[in-house]
Amino acid sequence: MRDRRQTVEMTFDGVEVEAYADESVLQAARRNDVFIPSLCFLEGLSVWGGCRICVVEVAEDHRLRPACATPVAVDMEILVDTPRLRSYRRSILELLFAEGNHVCAVCVSNGNCELQDMAVACGMDHVRYDEKDPRRAVDASHSKYVFDPNRCILCTRCVRVCDEIEGAHVWDISERGTSAELVTELNKPWGEALSCTWCGKCVAVCPTGSLFYQGSAIGEMHHSADMIRILASARRRHEWVDPEVPA
Amino acid sequence: MATPIDLHEVAERELEARSRYPWRLKACASTACLSAGAGASMTAMERAVEADDLALDVQLIPTGCMGLCSRGPLVRLLRRGGDETMYQNVTPEVGADIVRRHVRDSQIVVDSVLDEHIPFFESQQRIVLANGGIINPDRIESYVAHGGYSALHKALTAMTPEEVLEQVRASGIRGRGGAGYPTGNKWSLLAAAPDDTKYLVANGDEGDPGAYMDRTVMEDDPHRLLEGMAIAAYAVGASQAYIYVRAEYPRAVERLDRAIRVARRNRLLGRRILDTDFDLEIAVRIGAGAFVCGEETALMASIEGRRGTPRLRPPYPTEHGLWGAPTMINNVETLANIPAIVTRGGEWFASIGTPNSTGTKVFALAGDLVNIGLIEVPMGTTLRHIVEDIGGGIPNGKAFKAAQTGGPSGGCIPADHLDTPVDYDSLRQLGSIMGSGGLIVMDEDVQMPDVAKFFMEFCMDESCGKCTPCRAGTVQMHGILDRITSGSGTARDLRDLEHLCRVVRDTSLCGLGQSAPNPVVSTLHYFREEYEELVGDREVVDA
Repeated sequence: MRDRRQTVEMTFDGVEVEAYADESVLQAARRNDVFIPSLCFLEGLSVWGGCRICVVEVAEDHRLRPACATPVAVDMEILVDTPRLRSYRRSILELLFAEGNHVCAVCVSNGNCELQDMAVACGMDHVRYDEKDPRRAVDASHSKYVFDPNRCILCTRCVRVCDEIEGAHVWDISERGTSAELVTELNKPWGEALSCTWCGKCVAVCPTGSLFYQGSAIGEMHHSADMIRILASARRRHEWVDPEVPA
Repeated sequence: MATPIDLHEVAERELEARSRYPWRLKACASTACLSAGAGASMTAMERAVEADDLALDVQLIPTGCMGLCSRGPLVRLLRRGGDETMYQNVTPEVGADIVRRHVRDSQIVVDSVLDEHIPFFESQQRIVLANGGIINPDRIESYVAHGGYSALHKALTAMTPEEVLEQVRASGIRGRGGAGYPTGNKWSLLAAAPDDTKYLVANGDEGDPGAYMDRTVMEDDPHRLLEGMAIAAYAVGASQAYIYVRAEYPRAVERLDRAIRVARRNRLLGRRILDTDFDLEIAVRIGAGAFVCGEETALMASIEGRRGTPRLRPPYPTEHGLWGAPTMINNVETLANIPAIVTRGGEWFASIGTPNSTGTKVFALAGDLVNIGLIEVPMGTTLRHIVEDIGGGIPNGKAFKAAQTGGPSGGCIPADHLDTPVDYDSLRQLGSIMGSGGLIVMDEDVQMPDVAKFFMEFCMDESCGKCTPCRAGTVQMHGILDRITSGSGTARDLRDLEHLCRVVRDTSLCGLGQSAPNPVVSTLHYFREEYEELVGDREVVDA
């Protein structure tokens, strides 16, 4: 079947590419093998636009916009790899590392962590800012899963997948600013949350070691965020194929 | 259905009733004066009136804010067809004295007289605050007697929506919430939307420290806001409107609720307003105490009953607002200007102020000034005139150091720029913003890094936590400012601070984060030596 989606021409750092008219700058970049770091965005879920790692510069007005939430436009010129953007992304990553407790050496997701991958990709080898070293209580009350808020980067993938795909809406955010924290139900222990269906999608999409299986040891926790893309498209199209793999 | 109010008759009756009293004693019952003890003074005056059997001679009227809050409780005594005397610091004793000596014995209580011929009063031009200290906010008759709802009547019966819109456009009025977007443009966008359902929202989530312009309008002249909203809704084709008020303003909520009920009963709201085909319902929505809910998209989320966090714009509320319908959000002060624009015409309004910043602006004067309170001056009034004449200068013979406009999103203006006209564009050129009207004056004793730290702490506490730079960046900036102000900062701290200013400004999601670095950037620009002195020549000390 021929692809009938409308296309537009645009450029990433001067290289011309073809993008679908109805996709975001981040989606267009990914399909054209242009790397834009991202964390909160996950194909298949609604756009959150909170982590700000995917900021790109729109050449027209030099303003920075999150690639995940910016629709493509005809002849759009996007700058991805500039000294300013590299420095900003690094700083944002450092801010994330500083506000949480991200000690890779003792983390269940060491080696399988999107935050770690982004740090490597962006050349973030140390943190300039004060490590806040939070002491938030770990919730291990669930028989299958554990939530460690100290490793949470508030990307809300778990909130969105639970609400939009599973339809349970167990997760939400309480408080604000530095006190903002994920809660299950109305701040009940996860193990007592009756709305939780034990489906594990929240754990699957977590980009860090914040949500993991009970009993995981260092480096043992593997997430499977990609399956949400397939699940969401299967729901929409009523056929079980990966939308990113051409038929 | 009840018959609509007969504005003319109500006004006549009110004026007639008033003329029966030889004396009228207006006592400021706004929040500032109440907290200075106006309640007890009012009771003392009532008792004195009773004791001397003067009930038929004196009409005691609680009014809205008279402006000079630092001298409160304020009282104004008017003799029929004659002079008026203003009293300051009216304690219960002074209140009783005013009744006994001034009313009964015709002797002015000299010690407590407040001279009204001072620049504080004479330099003002009151449009938004026209009824402050004059009407009783709880009585619609009082508002109507001073011309209230005549603009709505004129708009509905003698003008088409396009003609109203034309007047607003001609007035050149810009949004009083801070950003200064031309109000006429916003209205045109909503009027042009083809949708059947459109919403209007009055933004009363005033949150800048020290600012209380919108609170005063909502508490002391609630019908002016309702009238402005009704005219706006008529012009753009909305039939449902909300007033978003922060929960910290319980009196505003109470007064607005009552005003809405009374207005509905008089067919000034509800169905077939004033017997025309125009319908409008207005409901009050109360915020839960978050500064960020003053931001349009967070405000809408809050009205919809969701967590008050901002989302990315575009789409703008005028395309995709409340429940997906086109929505126009105007600041309370902006809407309070509308009745006067309709009554006297856009051209009249445009003749006040400067060509690019028309009309007047209400400011809440605070800080190191002799006169603290609420003022309304034409746009383009110089900062020097506001500080030295209206504000009465700096107390205790100290020197002026800087004025902060725009609260935590604004910047400071140093003494060299005192002659700047206060308008949107001039303030922006100086690296500050007009903001919603908070104006904090600081004397020579104030250390600017402390000021920056204060505002950074505010932004840190008020960040919603959705985006990384604002949530985690403000914390780091506050930490650095804390080190610098306590004398343990390094030159590296200063570099990190400046870098974070750029990161947070350029990458934050909404206006709160994007403008959070402003107080730091502006104090660094004008008072860099204070930072450098604190930092000294300590270089990097890597742990």
